[in-house]
Amino acid sequence: MVDTRERPVSDDAVEAAPSTAIAVNGGEAIAYALKQIEPEVVAAYPITPQTLIIEKFAEYCADGVVRTEYINVESEHAALSACVGASAAGARAITATAGPGLALMFEMLGVTSGMRLPIVMHLCTRALSAPLNILGDHSDAMAMRETGWVMLSGSSPQEAYDLALVAQTVAEHPDVMLPCANLVDGFMVTHAVERVDVLPDDVVRDYVGEYEPETSLLAEGSTATYGALDFRDYYFEHRRQQEAALYASQPVVEASLKRFGEISGRHHQILEPYRMDDAEVVLVFMGSAEGQAHAAVDAARAAGVKAGALRIRLLRPFPVDAIAEALSGARVVGVMDRAIGFGSAVNPLLADIKSALWSRTDRPLMKGFVYGLGGRVVTLGQLNQALGELVSAFESGEESTTTTYLGLREDPESAEVSS
Amino acid sequence: MVTTTPVALPAEVRWHGRGGQGVVTASRLLATAALEGGYYPQSLPDFGAERSGAPIAAYTRIGDKPPTMRGPVDSPGLVLVLDPSLIGNVDVLEGMASGSAVVVNSIRTPEDEQTRLIRDDIVICTVDATAIAVELIGRPLPNTPMLGALLRVFPMVTLETMAEAVSKQLGELFPERVVEGNIAALERGYETATTIGEGERS
Repeated sequence: MVDTRERPVSDDAVEAAPSTAIAVNGGEAIAYALKQIEPEVVAAYPITPQTLIIEKFAEYCADGVVRTEYINVESEHAALSACVGASAAGARAITATAGPGLALMFEMLGVTSGMRLPIVMHLCTRALSAPLNILGDHSDAMAMRETGWVMLSGSSPQEAYDLALVAQTVAEHPDVMLPCANLVDGFMVTHAVERVDVLPDDVVRDYVGEYEPETSLLAEGSTATYGALDFRDYYFEHRRQQEAALYASQPVVEASLKRFGEISGRHHQILEPYRMDDAEVVLVFMGSAEGQAHAAVDAARAAGVKAGALRIRLLRPFPVDAIAEALSGARVVGVMDRAIGFGSAVNPLLADIKSALWSRTDRPLMKGFVYGLGGRVVTLGQLNQALGELVSAFESGEESTTTTYLGLREDPESAEVSS
Repeated sequence: MVTTTPVALPAEVRWHGRGGQGVVTASRLLATAALEGGYYPQSLPDFGAERSGAPIAAYTRIGDKPPTMRGPVDSPGLVLVLDPSLIGNVDVLEGMASGSAVVVNSIRTPEDEQTRLIRDDIVICTVDATAIAVELIGRPLPNTPMLGALLRVFPMVTLETMAEAVSKQLGELFPERVVEGNIAALERGYETATTIGEGERS
């Protein structure tokens, strides 16, 4: 059964803890969170743009700042495999990767969620090869969507830190026990040095708590079996239970975010609305294009358009009802995909949004955009163009089923590369 | 001191240099100093495949609230050129509005640089950062003298705050001798920079 019980959330107004402001990039912000969490095991393989995290964390290990066992592995497949072993044995285990590294982990992604192991992964989103490209887009994250992980996405170094802590509490919640990924945009967030307010160590320890699994391979008297053979007898039931657990994690995510808001004063929601109150024309996106999207909305508002933007912070489980609610007043919705869903009906985020809104009788006109592949610079002009197309659809009442590629050099007639 | 006009926020800075000159470090030092000065900074390197000697860029944004824009700075109020041989090869002044400022690492005077930059509506500042670095740091790393010169046209933080940032950030990586050399180079850059032009700063 899908468990949608209300989680108890403390009513006590908690005084937000005094934070310390430091200037760090997104990678270092996550490493700082890992230092405060001090997991038993970190296993990772260096890959751009994720290397910043494990380089810094390896330094903490070498300097004796943390007692974490840092496992140098030969590949990303091995990194996640090592975490699976550690987690099944009852340890708190964390990894980090990017793009091609995630691709190499693919087999173990499903093993992790299927074994219900609460491993946290910091995914520094990066383009997939070929052609070889080290820069940011969401091709890796979108390919991960069907592997049974809870997926959170931020837009700044501060959020990278915040969600690193939130992800830990979500994954290890007894009602969830699923792996959780913290999506951080490669370069635009991982390498951006900004002010990050870090919480005191004891506040983080109290928020994250000790990881005490109900059972584990090394627990005394444990009768649990991990990674068992499971054919026609119970495989189907196990997969269904896993699915139910993933859907049931949404209220846990919401409660964890709420509790985080109480201790930090930073109140994140599963969706981040911007000027959405009376918005009729809405841009939906995920990740670091926030500044450009907000500026485009501001420009449209100044021109008299009731524009708004909605950022997806929880990608899996996809918060269908919350999205339908947030977009209930929208007449035209444009969805920004930073990945191509090769051969799909539509691109990945648009597919999710369309599915979420399909049962609505008064559903809005919808339009897909692709932008920023392989680190292609995301400009305000592109976002203005997208909003302009949405306004045209609003005025004509006609839905465009073609995808608009923002910032692409392509002759629209011949589909050849233009100069 | 030619201009002390307060800098408008958010301020956007673009750095041009070559791999190995400390461009990314300098941008980060400015961000660290800005944080100490009470601002919300952002320092973003423009990475490709990093190669020593290749033209590279970095961006610094400084505001009074958290930045949301992430990406290149395309209309900077201040540009720093750590290697003057880039002028003519890279459009270092691209997107610069009238009244904005450029600091060039150069043995030449601002008037001489103006003839190369072909702009008479911007503040031009030159400093012989490489010579300062060779003398005080022992290596041709022009970044800290450039930061000193920067403060002459971009008075967002004090020289003391910048020196603290240098001490703190470089102190984590280098011995005391190197840190002291960089602080001396920062101060020399501030003292010896020369500037022409003034106008409304954007």
